[in-house]
Amino acid sequence: MPADPAIKRRSKATTKPAMDREQTVKAYRDMLLIRRFEEKAGQLYGMGLIGGFCHLYIGQEAVVVGIQLALKEGDQVITSYRDHGHMLATGMEARGVMAELTGRIGGYSKGKGGSMHMFSREKGFYGGHGIVGAQVALGAGLAFANWYRQDGRVAVAYFGEGASNQGQVFESFNLAALMKLPCIFVIENNKYGMGTSVERASASRDLSRNGAPWGIPGEQVDGMNVQAVFEAAQRAVAHCRAGLGPYLLEMKTYRYRGHSMSDPAKYRTREEVQKMREQHDCLETARAEVLALGMTEAELKAIDDEVKAIVQDSADFAQASPEPPEGELWTDILVEAK
Amino acid sequence: MGAAILMPALSPTMTEGKLARWLKKEGEAVKSGDVLAEIETDKATMEVEAVDEGTLTRILVPEGTEGVAVNSVIAELDGGEGGAAQAAPPGAHGEKAAPLPQAEAPATLTKQPSVAAQPIASAPEKDWGAVKPITVREALRDAMAAEMRRDADVFLIGEEVGQYQGAYKISQGLLDEFGPRRVLDMPITEHGFTGMATGAAFTGLKPIVEFMTFNFSMQAIDHIINSAAKTLYMSGGQLGCPITFRGPNGAASRVAAQHSQCYASWYAHCPGLKVIAPWNAADAKGLLRAAIRDPNPVIFLENEILYGQSFDCPTDEEFVLEIGKAKVEREGTDVTIVAFSIMVGMAMQAAEKLAEQGISAEVVNLRSIRPLDTETIVRSVKKTNRLVTLEEGWPFAGIGSEVAMQVMEHAFDHLDAPPVRVTGLDVPMPYAANLEKLALPRLDQVVEAARNVTYR
Repeated sequence: MPADPAIKRRSKATTKPAMDREQTVKAYRDMLLIRRFEEKAGQLYGMGLIGGFCHLYIGQEAVVVGIQLALKEGDQVITSYRDHGHMLATGMEARGVMAELTGRIGGYSKGKGGSMHMFSREKGFYGGHGIVGAQVALGAGLAFANWYRQDGRVAVAYFGEGASNQGQVFESFNLAALMKLPCIFVIENNKYGMGTSVERASASRDLSRNGAPWGIPGEQVDGMNVQAVFEAAQRAVAHCRAGLGPYLLEMKTYRYRGHSMSDPAKYRTREEVQKMREQHDCLETARAEVLALGMTEAELKAIDDEVKAIVQDSADFAQASPEPPEGELWTDILVEAK
Repeated sequence: MGAAILMPALSPTMTEGKLARWLKKEGEAVKSGDVLAEIETDKATMEVEAVDEGTLTRILVPEGTEGVAVNSVIAELDGGEGGAAQAAPPGAHGEKAAPLPQAEAPATLTKQPSVAAQPIASAPEKDWGAVKPITVREALRDAMAAEMRRDADVFLIGEEVGQYQGAYKISQGLLDEFGPRRVLDMPITEHGFTGMATGAAFTGLKPIVEFMTFNFSMQAIDHIINSAAKTLYMSGGQLGCPITFRGPNGAASRVAAQHSQCYASWYAHCPGLKVIAPWNAADAKGLLRAAIRDPNPVIFLENEILYGQSFDCPTDEEFVLEIGKAKVEREGTDVTIVAFSIMVGMAMQAAEKLAEQGISAEVVNLRSIRPLDTETIVRSVKKTNRLVTLEEGWPFAGIGSEVAMQVMEHAFDHLDAPPVRVTGLDVPMPYAANLEKLALPRLDQVVEAARNVTYR
């Protein structure tokens, strides 16, 4: 999907150009990992090994991968419940994520959080939040901590276009702009908040302008193109690191699967989905770019094999890892005071 | 090698479904994302997509078949490269997926560390030596200042806390001493700034969030409960939230229903939170310091009417109290009156009146609502054999209900009379002076309740 032709309101902060070869290959590999991981998760869900809610990220991979490439170690990421891709992009282990999906002790939250609730302080991933829009205020809080400590870090708060109508999102825009917090707000506009299309939910026709009343620069970005995402993310990061305050990126993206596993997706046509997959798939575009760089089919096959092995290993681990012992019911409710 | 395609579960509750239609025929090539079949559940018709590439070699369940169990084999795919990643035969997965009860997993369910059974050491409170009278307002301010001097990660955030010096003048002087980075005036956006403070606490900072009154915490209650209180558990212990939410709670005077409500029961209901309700200046100072140091989210319920009242408070620079310990404010032998916050004062007055009538009342100041010091309450009731609870909040599922139930569970045989609750009336707070007075607990009611349970 082409972005708004008039990409605008860009930060004046100077940025580096597009991805180098190494980054291009890494982007392809990371997107492939997310795609294969999510397919496997869908499969395990179908087999009854994953329960409850399970929101797959298939189709949107370019967004997290492109943004993560523009971040530095120590920067923080926070998102909603559609979070598997974000975790893998931050470098969290596929094993720990998949084992959390199956509710096992080997999962990132010892099986107590599930698909929507995982965290890794080490990788700067702050969840995994199930209340739509909550992560935006919390994300402003991560940026607040960076501002308070003056440590030069940047926080990225991802949310869907559905969440973008929540009151606390606008409260967070105001607070972040008022205090000049280093926060990148990323709207992952996949066109549908559950079954309600963005046109039926938002009077705003250009979500990238939603921060305009607070003077937050915004860009609409082709979220199906990892290069475009990366370039925009670089501008956003540079803006925040320069102490200029928050930045808003509206990623025009698309999820191929339903809202969650139990969504029959009757609110859109099969043709619409097929068209996106065939004409705008982020992986296909990235694959073409990697080939254009002179990589051979054999080299690509090696990446495929590596990714497949990781995903299969994660699925095996997620089934072999035991369920949490019953004693875990009563742990982690309160931190014991020292 | 052929791979089995299994009947998928398409919702958290699905156990079987109808295979309505095959969209691919035997011998047809499929690639990832292709729709293979349509399945009808009790809720909807769903499409089954191929996960990997290959050739559909065999269809085992013809279309139109009803009651196809989840995980039964419905077709086979001759996997090209993707075959191996396709669903494996159900046997293999079935075995792996079987629950794996661990030998070392102890069945600790019986040892429920409930609010009630929280083991609280019964060591006597330390003697902090010299005291001098200060107001509750000063005690709160001094507590925050002391902790902010002690720890650079502590900051105060809220409406009017800085330049205005606090809507109730609790933060007087703090902006001057600590500057605008640590004493932060917020716009009127409780939801937003509470979420922001909670996010900051996830990184290890220790915010003190001042609500102008706890009534406004309702705007932010999602972050207090869903974000601050539950994340430690949901993260398997990785992400704590060392944050203090404080401000005046309960009825002030003539401010009507939306500004006169006790939140003790609301917050005390939730695991993952601690809830404190100080009465006097020593409670306020010692417990607020403890709350700020506590690595957990703490709700600190103050009372506007108490702000200006003076009480003796230890002068020791290190003075701090332990959370979770009630205090016997007055010893007695005939009846136990359990109260918290401003109602402790009324309980003390009632005890005075009862003494004149020859009834010896023991007054327990809860100080901490969660964890609740059941041990101190039970010890007292075992001595007096009678219980009156006193609170400003509503009766239904109130703190008095919980205290009475704890006594039932732990000292039933020691009771010589059914416990009695004295509470605010079960109505929104009226504005009219006469009605407001009627809606709140009154001294004569407490005296009467004590007389009733002692059958005098």
